[in-house]
Amino acid sequence: MGMTIAEKIIAGAAGVTEAHAGEIHYVELDRLMSNDGTTHLTIDMYNTKVKNPRIKDVDKLVWIVDHNIPADSPKTAASHKKMRDFAKEHGIKFHEGEGVCHQVMMEKYVRPGELIFGADSHTCAYGALGAFGTGVGCTDYLYAMVTGTSWLMVPETLRFNLTGKLPEGVYARDLILTIIGKIGANGANYKAMEFGGEGLATLTMSDRIAICNLCVEAGAKTALMPVDSVAMEYLKEHDREPKAVYDSDEDAEYAEVYDIDLSEIQPIVAKPHFVDNVVPAVTCKGVKIDEAFLGSCNNGRIEDLRVGAALIKGRKVSPTVRFLVVPASRDVYVQAMKEGLLDIFMEAGAIVMNPNCSVCWGSCQGVIGENEVLISTGTRNFKGRAGHSNSFVYLASAATVTASAIMGEIATADMLQEV
Amino acid sequence: MGTIFRFHTDVDTDQIIASQYLLYPTIDEMKAHTFESLDPTFAERVKVGDYVVAAENFGCGSSREQAPSVLKALGVKAVIAKSFARIFYRNAINIGLPVIVCRELYDAVEDQDEMELYLDQGIIKTGDKEFSCTRLPAQMQKILDQGGLIASLNEEE
Repeated sequence: MGMTIAEKIIAGAAGVTEAHAGEIHYVELDRLMSNDGTTHLTIDMYNTKVKNPRIKDVDKLVWIVDHNIPADSPKTAASHKKMRDFAKEHGIKFHEGEGVCHQVMMEKYVRPGELIFGADSHTCAYGALGAFGTGVGCTDYLYAMVTGTSWLMVPETLRFNLTGKLPEGVYARDLILTIIGKIGANGANYKAMEFGGEGLATLTMSDRIAICNLCVEAGAKTALMPVDSVAMEYLKEHDREPKAVYDSDEDAEYAEVYDIDLSEIQPIVAKPHFVDNVVPAVTCKGVKIDEAFLGSCNNGRIEDLRVGAALIKGRKVSPTVRFLVVPASRDVYVQAMKEGLLDIFMEAGAIVMNPNCSVCWGSCQGVIGENEVLISTGTRNFKGRAGHSNSFVYLASAATVTASAIMGEIATADMLQEV
Repeated sequence: MGTIFRFHTDVDTDQIIASQYLLYPTIDEMKAHTFESLDPTFAERVKVGDYVVAAENFGCGSSREQAPSVLKALGVKAVIAKSFARIFYRNAINIGLPVIVCRELYDAVEDQDEMELYLDQGIIKTGDKEFSCTRLPAQMQKILDQGGLIASLNEEE
């Protein structure tokens, strides 16, 4: 019987020749990522709850401070210090202030064919490089850190066959929001989402990361793509080799197959307070905004900043809007500086921040107040996600967010030409 | 008997415990903010042995283990929902908080009704009604029986 990409990676990690949906396997993990959202609790459990505390293979661990960096309070500073000191004592790879964890992982660590646990739900982003990334809590993380292993139920797979090409002015983010709207916030619960077909070749690595990263918003356990020349070129640029390259077998079994024509996708907005609450962006035209955010592991890459900068060059941020621009990593930030993009944003009146989770995390930077409205390239629009429990978050592409920042209300990029 | 605190569909982990409290040093310091955005009085009113009952996809969103941990720290005996989001479900079992799938309970009860869960028998009694729950997969039942994943790890050694 044929296997999906998810089944092949789990079979490899379990040391068996075949794995199929519904089976439980004990697996060896290739990489373990944790960030400052939960690592302080992991360390406390390691020190006080584990009978025989040890780290099976310290080389596999990567710890990244990205959620509340720089620290916003003495309590945060104490949690960061705990993480920093533990990493140093045990020789754990440690990145602080270098960017959002998933962007740093893509730039520096993820290899095709790996099985990766991340103590963060958006770990499914790694499927853009053909790796099985899945989000776990800190207890699962701790068990894996101590033993190097865990157990997994092999997920069923939803297959998305992509054809055609996205129209001009429509982005990967519009595509994945459309898909989440179609299958719902629990449409892929416990399942893998696998993307393929001829349309995949038209999508850049940045597009692919944006797509895989957001799959958890449909409940997915992981997201996966085959490793093609685009992925291999990205690896080469970042000086890495694959662990293993998989594609699904012709006779692999899928729980469901969806055919998506990329040329039919249009600019999308996810309205408060659910990611699957999607509508054509044009229907939100005129909704007044207080803040706009261009950044996050979903949409803070150089390609996204280029889209925003091209639109805002020679224009100004609306005087009634705070526009926060936050490159997803230090590499992205430096590249944006070299290209003059940060100058463009600053001259337009944007606030350019250090690489971090920023507004998407709703606790460190750009927190919005009661009744305020945010349009964001972040990952979520849950109630209170960006600050006050009675505030409103709309999700959209870098183009729609930037156009809205200029207009002071929700607008798509093509509306700017009418001004 | 415990009191039911009833919540809707798609309760995400940001509603259970908001981001701004996650880096507090301990779960005990976070727990007073549980469900703050949905019901600011929840943490004060909930008693040891009470239950959270919800509709579909409870615990969707982030992987923050603080979400099941604050519920357990407040004494919530179990969460019973029509369905759970994957990461929350696994995290809850890992910390020893029973998460029970029961399709019928949500529509049959009101907020603040009384109920009792008989975990061994897999039944729920409320008023004169009785419901059976879906059993946990054997792998997860074993972890729960041992008191969570770390207890299970310690037992292996």
